[in-house]
Amino acid sequence: MSSQDIPEENLPAEQGTAHGAVRVADEKNPFADPGLPPHEHRIQDIDERAAKRSERTVALLFTLSMLATVAFIASYVTIPVDRSVYIFPLGHLSALNFALGMTLGVALFAIGAGAVHWARTLMSDQELADERHPIEAPSEVRAKVMDDFRQGAKESALGRRKLIRNTMFGALALFPLSGVVLLRDLGPLPGTKLRHTLWSKGKLLVNMNTNEPMRPSDIIVGSLTFAKPEGLEEHDHEFQTEIAKAALMLVRIQPDDIKDKRQLEWSHEGIVAYSKICTHVGCPISLYEQQTHHALCPCHQSTFDLADGARVIFGPAGHALPQLRIGVNDEGYLEALGDFDEPVGPAFWERG
Amino acid sequence: MAALVVLLLALACTGGLYAVFAPAGKAQADETAQSLTIEEGKKLYSVGCASCHGTGGQGTSDGPSLVGVGAAAVDFQVSTGRMPAATSQGAQVPRKKNIYSQAEIDQLAAYIASLGAGPAVPTEQQYGPQGADIAKGGELFRNNCAQCHNFTGKGGALTHGKYAPTLEDVTPKHIYEAMLTGPQNMPSFPDSTLSEQNKKDIIAYLHAVNGEETESPGGLELGGLGPVSEGLFAWVFGLGALIAVAVWVAARTAKAKKS
Repeated sequence: MSSQDIPEENLPAEQGTAHGAVRVADEKNPFADPGLPPHEHRIQDIDERAAKRSERTVALLFTLSMLATVAFIASYVTIPVDRSVYIFPLGHLSALNFALGMTLGVALFAIGAGAVHWARTLMSDQELADERHPIEAPSEVRAKVMDDFRQGAKESALGRRKLIRNTMFGALALFPLSGVVLLRDLGPLPGTKLRHTLWSKGKLLVNMNTNEPMRPSDIIVGSLTFAKPEGLEEHDHEFQTEIAKAALMLVRIQPDDIKDKRQLEWSHEGIVAYSKICTHVGCPISLYEQQTHHALCPCHQSTFDLADGARVIFGPAGHALPQLRIGVNDEGYLEALGDFDEPVGPAFWERG
Repeated sequence: MAALVVLLLALACTGGLYAVFAPAGKAQADETAQSLTIEEGKKLYSVGCASCHGTGGQGTSDGPSLVGVGAAAVDFQVSTGRMPAATSQGAQVPRKKNIYSQAEIDQLAAYIASLGAGPAVPTEQQYGPQGADIAKGGELFRNNCAQCHNFTGKGGALTHGKYAPTLEDVTPKHIYEAMLTGPQNMPSFPDSTLSEQNKKDIIAYLHAVNGEETESPGGLELGGLGPVSEGLFAWVFGLGALIAVAVWVAARTAKAKKS
């Protein structure tokens, strides 16, 4: 099964001598080790011209990589960052991004392809058997190590100079404390922060779009408006922390369509204010369908019926969206009549 | 007879122009032309709309009342082909080919506007790009619209087979009208809560991120859906190609004699 297609004079002399020697089974080893299969040569091992060809291919790939790297640097220097080109299946895109990506890709790919081709066609592919040996050191080496250790311990005088020993143990014992102290940053416990928002009695509802307070007549049936508490500005240091709890969506529903009695009481002429934070894991929820009065959360498809106390009608959310009790102040602007009466957003251990 | 036809046509045109340029509900033009346009609109209405929306626009069990929806709603619904709807639509009335001329739509709009005051058809001045703040528009879009329509207006799914359509080839006028009137399940964003300038900004933003000349810096935007489609592509095609190359390299023997 060796190489009847290859002329005799081209075959290396040692072919077949080291390989294919089959060991026989005996009493101790009932399964014979078949040994390595006979080695077969590649065309490059036999034909010097094929080997030259492979060499040239590998060199060409490496040269291509060099050229691509030069092209990468040239693109970086010459192509303006805002130039746009049209490239067929991709559409309009940034010329610089495209050039950098392509040249970098070609440069890396050519190195890899060259290395693979080199290894497969030219590097030696002789199979080698390497027997394992025990990793345990000989007993005299082990005895020497133990002796060295004992001698080192004696010479260091650790047992005699107790002051050094004790202070060293102290230093090593105290050092990990710095890591323990840093754990303090995991706290402090949130306390009642999760139970309160910026809303309180008399705070005006401010339209997120216009940054103005709103009158009931501004909000028509079927509309959707987002509100924030008066006094909270986008550039405030605490804006994100506060709006994450206080975000409000305002919709107006015909009072006759509202099924939940408490919801109607807490609304103003059919204008209802619900927390915008999903009670499942706290995504902003505002995919409001004005005909069905359903609000859908984009993360896990929890669906709330805003005409029925924001009851959960589908999905993983555990409880209804908290409603904010609203009314109108003396000047005719919408105001909150207090904070939410339950924590907004996802449930937590102590929520109750 | 011919003179009468010419006169009628002239009056209809005047009425059509009026409906385009004047806000409905604030009658300023010639009473006769106005009432004639309404008359024409009523005729079109009786043929195309009354079977669902009732003979006087009061609505039936098959279609909502049109009293007070305004000319903008009519212009949006009819010129995007959503109305008249097929008798058995699915979860949502889809966009389709418009079968009315602009003049007819204006007549219909005038008739509906005469049933009760509602938002008028916006003018080029209102939705055009002049004086728009694209960055502010982006902020407003992400706050008010992106939850359903995706952050660059590619659309998205809603409940029970309903969906927020892509805004890719929707004209600025129709986007403006949709915000103003809230078609189907979309909530409305009246001028009292989303000002005219806000709407103009949003339209300018959409044109910048989703217009015909919008460039995608990386190319191959994969629907513009963000990390979901990009991750899927990278894992399936990127990793798939790497595995395929690795298998190909290993499967191809370099031996002179192929076994």
